[in-house]
Amino acid sequence: MTLDQDMVRHLSEVSVSVELQTPEMTLNIGPQHPSTHGVLRLVARIDGERAFDVRPVIGYMHRGYEKLAEVRNYPQITTIVNRIDWVAGYANEIPFITAAEKLMELEVPPRALWIRLILTEMARMASHLIFMASYPLELGAQTPLFFALRERERVLDLLEGVTGGRFHPNFNRIGGVKPAYGSGSKTRKLIQDLPKTFYEETRVAMDEVLHVCDQLEDLVAGNEIILARTKGIGVLPPEVAVAYGVTGPNLRASGIPFDLRKVEDYLPYDQVEFNVITGENGDCWDRWWVRLQEIRESARIVQQAIDSIPSGPIQAKVPKVIKVPKGETYVRAENPKGEMGYYLVSDGGQGPYRLKIRSASFSNISILPWILEGALVPDIIAIMGSLDFVLGDVDR
Amino acid sequence: MELLADLMSNFWLGLIVKLLIVALLVPLIGMIIGFAEMKLSAKMQNRVGPYYAGGRWGWAQLIADGIKFFQKEDIIPEKADRPVFKLAPALVLAATVALVVVVPFGPNMAFRNLELGLFYVLAISSLSTIGVLIAGWSSANKYALIGSLRAAGQLIAYELPLVLSVVGVVIMAGTMNLDAIVQAQIASGIPYVVPQFLGFLIFFVAALAELSRLPFDMPVAESELVMGYLTEYTGFRFLFFFLAEFVNMFTMSAIAVTLFLGGYHFPGLSGDLATVLGPIVLVAKSFVLVFVMLWFRWTFPRFREDQLQSMAWKVLVPLALANIAVTAILKVVI
Amino acid sequence: MGLWKGMWVTLSTMFKTIFRPSKHLKTVMYPDVKETPVPRARGVIALDQEACTVCMLCARNCPDWCIYIEGHKVEVPPDKPGGRIKIRNTLDRFDIDFALCMYCGICVEVCPFDALFWSPEYEYSEYEMGKLMHDMDTLQDKWLPTVPEQPEIAQ
Repeated sequence: MTLDQDMVRHLSEVSVSVELQTPEMTLNIGPQHPSTHGVLRLVARIDGERAFDVRPVIGYMHRGYEKLAEVRNYPQITTIVNRIDWVAGYANEIPFITAAEKLMELEVPPRALWIRLILTEMARMASHLIFMASYPLELGAQTPLFFALRERERVLDLLEGVTGGRFHPNFNRIGGVKPAYGSGSKTRKLIQDLPKTFYEETRVAMDEVLHVCDQLEDLVAGNEIILARTKGIGVLPPEVAVAYGVTGPNLRASGIPFDLRKVEDYLPYDQVEFNVITGENGDCWDRWWVRLQEIRESARIVQQAIDSIPSGPIQAKVPKVIKVPKGETYVRAENPKGEMGYYLVSDGGQGPYRLKIRSASFSNISILPWILEGALVPDIIAIMGSLDFVLGDVDR
Repeated sequence: MELLADLMSNFWLGLIVKLLIVALLVPLIGMIIGFAEMKLSAKMQNRVGPYYAGGRWGWAQLIADGIKFFQKEDIIPEKADRPVFKLAPALVLAATVALVVVVPFGPNMAFRNLELGLFYVLAISSLSTIGVLIAGWSSANKYALIGSLRAAGQLIAYELPLVLSVVGVVIMAGTMNLDAIVQAQIASGIPYVVPQFLGFLIFFVAALAELSRLPFDMPVAESELVMGYLTEYTGFRFLFFFLAEFVNMFTMSAIAVTLFLGGYHFPGLSGDLATVLGPIVLVAKSFVLVFVMLWFRWTFPRFREDQLQSMAWKVLVPLALANIAVTAILKVVI
Repeated sequence: MGLWKGMWVTLSTMFKTIFRPSKHLKTVMYPDVKETPVPRARGVIALDQEACTVCMLCARNCPDWCIYIEGHKVEVPPDKPGGRIKIRNTLDRFDIDFALCMYCGICVEVCPFDALFWSPEYEYSEYEMGKLMHDMDTLQDKWLPTVPEQPEIAQ
């Protein structure tokens, strides 16, 4: 066989262009996946184990809250709004009711405000305990799940004793909290205030929650494997966090001490003492640590509030059919996941003209393409878990 | 005893009896360890575990699970490589059962005592690596492929520390025959875990990695890859993998007990009593090690793949080499 | 060392759960043992037919529109001879579709005649969705006796 020109050229091409070609792979993480906190889909282009282009695809859970709010009146919207971020049900109702009260310029009685504060902090503990349970599960440790969920049951039992619902309390009304069982002659007298056994049960439950925080700290915080998996992973610099609109524990873990509970005055937080927890580096471990400390702070807030709650009526005098005057307002509150805000446009009717919901998790996951650049596949799961989002909050 | 010795001396009859015992023993051990895992993990997590199957104790849970696996539909993905897909679980289970054969359950009581017993053990344990690789490859599933590639890296990387850690024992005992190693430990009076503590630790960690158990279960990372290389396996093929993992746990613990913790020997036992109680002592010691493996699984999260590899190559291999060097020098000097 | 502390936590939990289950094991073995729910728990809605005047306030305020009411007017003879004939509304049909119900409680809250009550019963799941529509006799006979006393409140 003789070598002609073509063959020589081909041979030389082959010997020169022998380089390691590792083709990239497009991996679809989700929507059905054990770790994505709901139906989030990540389209990740990975090269071996390193991802270089991750795009989240959301909208699998869109339920049309803002449209639903246009055809309902205020008490009805209160009952559906706590399904946005379902792990902390009570905290979603607060800014909405506060917005309506602001437009009506209503004075809420102090006892109602304190009851709202106690229940909001319980919702915060419930949300953070879910995070404590599910985040080590994504890293592989299966035991903290049971410890954290066991204590969450106590908090949910307390919520149920007061409001009747564990996840969806429906306890806020315009002017305060739910005043009575019904509107009839007999049920009007059954005031839905805190039951008598509430104080003692709360004290016991808060002690148990603090105890399980210690247990979780022993089990997870010092563990060398957890440190190797989360320290230095997913570092979020403060400028980037502020630029993308990240709020809540994620922002505080990057070092910025911004807590809406100290800034806004929708609830009497200035009368209880608590610290704003910040982290140092903004990596996954700091986000976990900030949330653990926030559970402790919430437990201490509840313990202080139980001792100093004033007595009095629990709802202001409002007419039976409530019409909110014309106007627009924006109220933001510290949801456990971050900042939650409601922009309420009212035209004087029984329901809002337009309700825009600014949810915390939607802005929190906008940072995913930036933070997952160049991450290994196991780190994708670790970082996503540490941002602590819920798809109901993202998609509304 | 005489009758048994006579039976065993007839080659074919002895072979059939030994095969029967192994065939019964392997699923039984698998089920006991599976049940222990379910119940002990439940107690560690403050819950009850299997309760209703078997009269408020739950011992029939694994029998029920076995029956459930057997009656499931046998699904093979359309694009999968059928002969290889079917071969993989058989290979893994065969490698595991082949290991049970050389473990000495009492003085002169291994199913087949090989002169190169230790060498055989280390070689056969690599067969299950091939099983894992072809399981993931033939599944025609991206997740399974990622899982089996991770498994390839991990299992091959931890072969070296596994092999190197036992060289110290071989130097001290002077033989590779497992039964003779136990006899050497009896003769010297202290189990080899005392002088070879480093070797024991490295062997234990490497064995955990070879079994793909937490904290080294990247190949089967449940929360990431939905079961890794096992994703496409259902029914009794999955049961084979499942069973193979538990039996392998027991076998590796039994080998570790034989090499480091004195095997079937208990101080004060000798003669006929040793022949009868030997297996019980061995099984009890292995179960202690199995308990430690379960304990690790439920306490620790998993390592990332590159952290696994760096720990194997940069930490375990140098330590094992240092162990060999020190043992060899001391053997010559002392 | 963090690893040892973690291992100690699991080991001590294991011993505590095995040897002191009465204090540490919190599992409620449903259905052998059932927890009593709190009196305010929202399980199912009960109806008092006598008190209902078919004013339709509950059906109008329900966010899911899951209450179906039909009624007709009857003439009630006067108490005293020579008095006025009273016209009264009576219920024909009062169905609550629990497959749609959100368990929000607005209907119980707005009823001006004390006709609706909450009951903490929760074991009424069905195999067919149609059976989740409870009609007025079920709401009265099955659920009204289970309505508990309300707890005392703190002052």
